Amino acid sequence: MMNFDLRKKPRLAESLIQTLLFLAGILSIFTTLAIVYELGKEALLFFNNPDVTFVKFFSGTKWQPSIGNYGIWALVSATLTTSFIAIFISLPLGLAVAIYLSEYASLRVRSILKPILEVLAGIPTVVYGYFALLFVTPILQNIFGESIQVYNMLSAGLVMGIMILPLISSMSEDALSAVPRSLREAAFAMGATKVETSLQVVLPAALSGIGAALIVGISRAVGETMIVAIASGAGPNFTFNPIQAAETMTGHIARISGGDLSYNSIDYTSLFAIALMLFLVTLVLNLISQWVVNRFRERYE
Amino acid sequence: MENNNQYAIETQALSIHYGNFTAIKNVNIKVEKQKITAIIGPSGCGKSTLLRAFNRMNDFVSGCSVTGEIFLHGQNLYGKDVDPVEVRRKIGMVFQKPNPFPKSIYENIAWGARINGFKGKMDELVENSLRHAALWDEVKDKLQESAYALSGGQQQRLCIARTIAIQPEIILMDEPASALDPISTLRIEELMQELKKNYTIIIVTHNMQQAARASDFTAMMMIDDQRAGGVIEFDDTKKYSLAHLINAPKITSQADLVKADKEHRL
Amino acid sequence: MQNHFPENEAFYKALSKRYGIATVWQILFLSALLLAILSLTALIYNVIDGAFGYIAYEYKNDPSEFTSTPINELTKEELLTILKNNLSTGAYKKLDNEQAMSTRSQADLLNLFLERLIQIDTKQTWSMTESILKGEKIRQETKTNYPEARIEFRSWLTPQFLVSPMSSKAEFAGVRTAVLGSLWLVGIAIAFALPIGTGAAVYLQEYAPKNWLTSIIQTNINNLAGVPSIVYGMLGLAVFVRWLEPFTSGSMFGITDTNGRTILSAGLTMGILVLPLIIINAQEAIKAVPDSLRQASFGVGATRWQTVWHHVLPNALPGILTGSILALSRALGETAPLIVVGASTFISVDPDGPFSKFTALPIQIYQWTTRAQSEFHAIAASGIIVLLVLLLTLNATAILLRNRFKQKY
Repeated sequence: MMNFDLRKKPRLAESLIQTLLFLAGILSIFTTLAIVYELGKEALLFFNNPDVTFVKFFSGTKWQPSIGNYGIWALVSATLTTSFIAIFISLPLGLAVAIYLSEYASLRVRSILKPILEVLAGIPTVVYGYFALLFVTPILQNIFGESIQVYNMLSAGLVMGIMILPLISSMSEDALSAVPRSLREAAFAMGATKVETSLQVVLPAALSGIGAALIVGISRAVGETMIVAIASGAGPNFTFNPIQAAETMTGHIARISGGDLSYNSIDYTSLFAIALMLFLVTLVLNLISQWVVNRFRERYE
Repeated sequence: MENNNQYAIETQALSIHYGNFTAIKNVNIKVEKQKITAIIGPSGCGKSTLLRAFNRMNDFVSGCSVTGEIFLHGQNLYGKDVDPVEVRRKIGMVFQKPNPFPKSIYENIAWGARINGFKGKMDELVENSLRHAALWDEVKDKLQESAYALSGGQQQRLCIARTIAIQPEIILMDEPASALDPISTLRIEELMQELKKNYTIIIVTHNMQQAARASDFTAMMMIDDQRAGGVIEFDDTKKYSLAHLINAPKITSQADLVKADKEHRL
Repeated sequence: MQNHFPENEAFYKALSKRYGIATVWQILFLSALLLAILSLTALIYNVIDGAFGYIAYEYKNDPSEFTSTPINELTKEELLTILKNNLSTGAYKKLDNEQAMSTRSQADLLNLFLERLIQIDTKQTWSMTESILKGEKIRQETKTNYPEARIEFRSWLTPQFLVSPMSSKAEFAGVRTAVLGSLWLVGIAIAFALPIGTGAAVYLQEYAPKNWLTSIIQTNINNLAGVPSIVYGMLGLAVFVRWLEPFTSGSMFGITDTNGRTILSAGLTMGILVLPLIIINAQEAIKAVPDSLRQASFGVGATRWQTVWHHVLPNALPGILTGSILALSRALGETAPLIVVGASTFISVDPDGPFSKFTALPIQIYQWTTRAQSEFHAIAASGIIVLLVLLLTLNATAILLRNRFKQKY
């Protein structure tokens, strides 16, 4: 007679595989923990330095750790300036592109235009850096004269705006496309023109999704390194004047860590303090945008 | 084309195609002014397609083309120099599912009027429209709240209010009560009887009972063997030959309605 | 109700005004799009423009000091003799060790002759546009400014450029070391991230219960995808370069001449960086496998893993591979983390294993771009073309793969 036993049998291989898969899944948590721990550990060393105080760090405008100046604003000012220019360019342009693609373009036109934007999104940032330094800056100097320095935040910010444009346009387009057709029909049925419908009904309805795109764009701009490292300037400079050279947080990390750096020096630990700040800022921005996107999705589902 | 004052809109040899497929074939109907005309028929026979032809909403469907004519005041709606935006300004529409804008109740009504160049007092218009849609008493204290906070039935009445705010001549209703509970349905039907004093109403419904209860005229649609829809009968609802329409129970109370609705929903 | 709406003439007037406004907006939308396309065109033009053009240079040593034959007519044998006679014994031996001199091509030897003996001194370079539009003017300028100089139209992107190692002279520098370094890096990154990423995706889609831990993992992965790449560089510096130095430098395995700034450290850093992308893409691919397939498999008594291994994964594979290729192209273009992890700025020896020092293509481009001399900008542009062609090939592969398997369900 056949053995007919329906009781659970231990399946060793099956459990082993499941454990391995679980470990693969949980590795991402360890990555985050490792980032927080490693950056935090070195940053703590930096802040434990008797010379460094939080007040100095968050209020000073000079950054020269080796001679006792720890004012992060010297770097933050450049990060803010370049990011602002980038968003100033990419938000309106990206939004306009998104509206065109979502509300106007035919399927065929979209199938041509979307890959072009994807190419724009796929270009390595070091190439954008080359473009900023050797194309945009000379043009700016031709237009505005020599008052524009060879390294300047304006050129870096503008090119960063072009880099972020596809990100903002594709996220905004998703948000616009998620607005139900019935709302557009309602507007048309009241005798609205296409632009009136797009700008006054569809756009406001997609606003939170567009907000999420904006936040991700900011986070990308703040964390972008190569464009600013190449085109914006090499040296902390507390200024918000876009035609001047100044170094961003990311640019500073890249330049200092690229040189000869000895472990445990104040230069070394200070980089981790900056990186921790970067991480926390982008983390908060990303979390907010995810939350917004999820809420937005629920509303129309 | 002579324009008989009795008719709000008439069609002549109207056919609608999606690419090579003919969805509606040779429809000839005359819709009387200030009456309610129901379009009934089985699902997929093109009721909504026909309704949407009246205010050129089919323009947004790619591949959709129209032959034949629809006359409003003796003008062909599909004539070369006719502007669809103006057509829709004159012929409003209420959709199957309530679709208020994600704006305040007030803005939902004011928006359409504003884009159409309304010159009068906006507050008055909003109040009047809401009163006509029998919604004023329920929302007068929360005009600035989001329209999404309203119930489904209230939202649909808001959509009606927003449509009458731009003072169209004709109101198209595409199964306006199909997403609503019976009580809300009754209120919409009552509202339609009020509205026909000022407007011509064309309503699509898949509920024959509703057609019998609420309409003055009924167009019955069917599909032929090529799956093209057409109007097979168009007459005064009271004279309608379909037996179950004639035998429709008289509705006197909400309870009757609930019962009738359960029994006869198609 | 009184009618306050404009009718007839008034309405038409208002309407045509509305249409006017609509047209203005539509033009704005369209011009934003055109501006984006224009930027892309300008960028590509800028790169190509930089990679070709006139160059004015002088010979430091006159070729007649070495030979009477015109340079272009020198044979391989003649070149060998010249090099042997004029290079110092040590330098010759070193070159011979890198690659036996007799096996080298004529073009290679000619380059050595120009680089080591004649020694080219670049005076000025011009972009392609300048060269084409103002060729005559450039010639005259060169004649007055540098009477000794020769001028020629040069393509900086040559087969020689692809196979030459790094050199301190832009005219002789190439991307071989960098391309090999990039390939090593990307290889290690994908070898690390593909199995783990796929595993994580399988866990999240097929095994994970719907609870707080799963939702934390998911949120966390989405967040990691948005962490700036330079932060990953810092993580790599702290963990792989410093903490795991015995492993990543190879000293555990008896290799002594390097520190932790190796290909392995950089590759693992890149692996961690692309991991979230691979997971998210693989999840999408697994999600696309219809549930009916799983049920069919369970229905014949398969275990969960058997179902995953025999049905879900094979069907999700094209999607997973497409996602991996996209992640790969991201890794190929990343620069910032490599700088932090410690890419060498000048290295002319090919990487020979995971414990080598390294450079990478984007690092080389960065280095060359930031040099002041214009001839380095020209090779930076050539390097960018190489990088973009590599990326384009990868992406085209991904698209082909996607289209080939798309019609499946």
